[in-house]
Amino acid sequence: MLELKNLCKAFPIRNAFGRKTGALQAVDNVSMTIAPGDIYGLAGESGSGKSTIARMIMGLETPDSGEILIDGRSIHDRSDGVAHGRRVQMVFQNPGSSLNPRRTVGQSVAVPLDAHGFPRSKRPARVATLLDMVQLPAAFAERYPHELSGGQKQRVAIARALAVEPKLLVLDEPTSALDVSVQAKVMDLLTDLGRQMGLTYLFISHDLSLMRNFAREVSVLYRGGIVESGTSDTVFGHPSHDYTRLLIASVPVISAEEAALRPVIPLIDGELPTPEQLIALRQAADRQA
Amino acid sequence: MSFPLLRVENLSVSFTTYGRTVPVLHGVSLDVPARSQVALVGESGSGKTVTMKAIMGLLRQPPARITSGAIYYDGADLLTMPEKERLKLRGTAMSMVFQDPMSSLNPVFTIADQMATILKYADRRLGRTRSSRDRMQRVYDTLAQVRMRDPERVARAYPIELSGGMRQRVLIAMALLSETDLLIADEPGTALDVTTQAQILKLLKDLVEARGLALLMITHNLGVVRETCNSVYVMQKGVIVEKGETAAIFEAPAHDYTRSLIDAVPRLTGGRRFGTAGVPA
Ligand SMILES: Nc1ncnc2c1ncn2[C@@H]1O[C@H](COP(=O)(O)OP(=O)(O)OP(=O)(O)O)[C@@H](O)[C@H]1O
Ligand SMILES: Nc1ncnc2c1ncn2[C@@H]1O[C@H](COP(=O)(O)OP(=O)(O)OP(=O)(O)O)[C@@H](O)[C@H]1O
Ligand SMILES: [Mg+2]
Ligand SMILES: [Mg+2]
Repeated sequence: MLELKNLCKAFPIRNAFGRKTGALQAVDNVSMTIAPGDIYGLAGESGSGKSTIARMIMGLETPDSGEILIDGRSIHDRSDGVAHGRRVQMVFQNPGSSLNPRRTVGQSVAVPLDAHGFPRSKRPARVATLLDMVQLPAAFAERYPHELSGGQKQRVAIARALAVEPKLLVLDEPTSALDVSVQAKVMDLLTDLGRQMGLTYLFISHDLSLMRNFAREVSVLYRGGIVESGTSDTVFGHPSHDYTRLLIASVPVISAEEAALRPVIPLIDGELPTPEQLIALRQAADRQA
Repeated sequence: MSFPLLRVENLSVSFTTYGRTVPVLHGVSLDVPARSQVALVGESGSGKTVTMKAIMGLLRQPPARITSGAIYYDGADLLTMPEKERLKLRGTAMSMVFQDPMSSLNPVFTIADQMATILKYADRRLGRTRSSRDRMQRVYDTLAQVRMRDPERVARAYPIELSGGMRQRVLIAMALLSETDLLIADEPGTALDVTTQAQILKLLKDLVEARGLALLMITHNLGVVRETCNSVYVMQKGVIVEKGETAAIFEAPAHDYTRSLIDAVPRLTGGRRFGTAGVPA
């Protein structure tokens, strides 16, 4: 379904006078393959390049090198006449700024419908169905974004992305502003839709407990590169890279069973080390061996 | 217990749009003592952010209206004090980290500009002077404290050039610079990976212990609540339905809604199947 081949993307670094002095390798040679109907989780450090990868898949950012293929075709190849937005939709990380403040919720949700020639007469009913799917009352269609709570905006963004039933849905922190019970309902919905319509998901999240239960395949990103990939059970059950182990060891949990599952990490001054400290420890140990 | 640093008493708020009035808070009361970490959890849309905005004096009236209640800071009612005094308290005595970082960052100024301004105000208030070089150093140090790997690059960046979690950390850094006694944080850790989140929570905890900071934290992450907060308030549809010590609430939640929340938390141990279709996976 989706194939990323050796993707690279750098951003310029400026000095105090705004002049370019170097480059930050935000995405460093990332490859991955997502099978149709799969739920693929992407976890990793803040600033490790997850959203940049997502924006490249959406065609909002151009890779410096590497390829992005959907069903074997480059995303820039539009020769079959199917708009990119019909195949791929995204729920952005920041619901507050991804909704147009001057559009009502109903108008926002209808934008992709209009763009893809959905009959005007059926629009209100479709909008109501979509809002219902994300547990919002139909009356919310008349509201403006500033009248919504954080989680309500996030649900509008999910409804909008589902509107045209894309093949691939990129979810960048889709439920970070939702309480766990609404979150569970949204995840149920996404799972059901995935099964019914054969949707494929790329799921970016810092909520590893959620990822453990939702995604089937997982990749872990650290400083722009993938350090570990595998099935969710393998990555969470037997993490092999130090960074992944540290990540799982840091998950805040609510039960002793979960706490017991977290990998044991050598403590520094009684605290979990930072990723840099842990990796330095390992390198020192390797040198000794 | 003596009078807490922050006390919200019987607060009710409603919104009027297109001539229709909808109440969103119904008699909310909560206490945040100095040197404590208090969590406010609850349903999406239940009124958590509205509560915080009311405390900070940031509710636009209209459309909002505070229909009853009092908010005491250090014993003084914020709702009845003269506007001038209130403005002075905000930003000097209390600061807030917003749920939506982009809305509190100015897109046309660099992070360094915005942080230096906050520091200037804090210095003036605390009667300190420092050179601009010293000020920049403090900005870099604070960015490093919130675990930025390259503080100088981040300082020179514009908000749009930062990742979601980096923006959130910039807001936390700004709150640290203002050195207030009360910090209200709306979902401060949601955009952070768990390792960075753990380090930031530790930093806040140290401030609570070392400086006597009082922290009111809104979050959907019950794991974070369990591991960091002393007490919890649970809100549903504008009502506090349960409150108590963290450990007690997790051990024996009294209210159905609290119990349903705890049950809905996805577990690191796995084994949860999403979907209602009942298709065996
Ligand atoms: N437009 C831009 N200009 C310059 N640098 C950028 C730009 N967009 C992103 N970056 C940098 O690229 C890196 C990766 O950012 P990205 O948003 O992909 O991270 P992320 O993994 O999504 O992080 P988070 O979990 O915090 O959202 C960061 O260091 C960020 O500062
Ligand atoms: N300006 C406004 N006009 C009308 N209604 C509003 C306005 N601001 C908020 N509301 C409504 O008030 C209720 C409480 O909103 P609030 O933002 O406090 O929720 P919250 O508990 O922070 O939720 P979340 O966890 O989703 O952020 C919501 O139903 C929201 O739609
Ligand atoms: Mg991101
Ligand atoms: Mg909120």
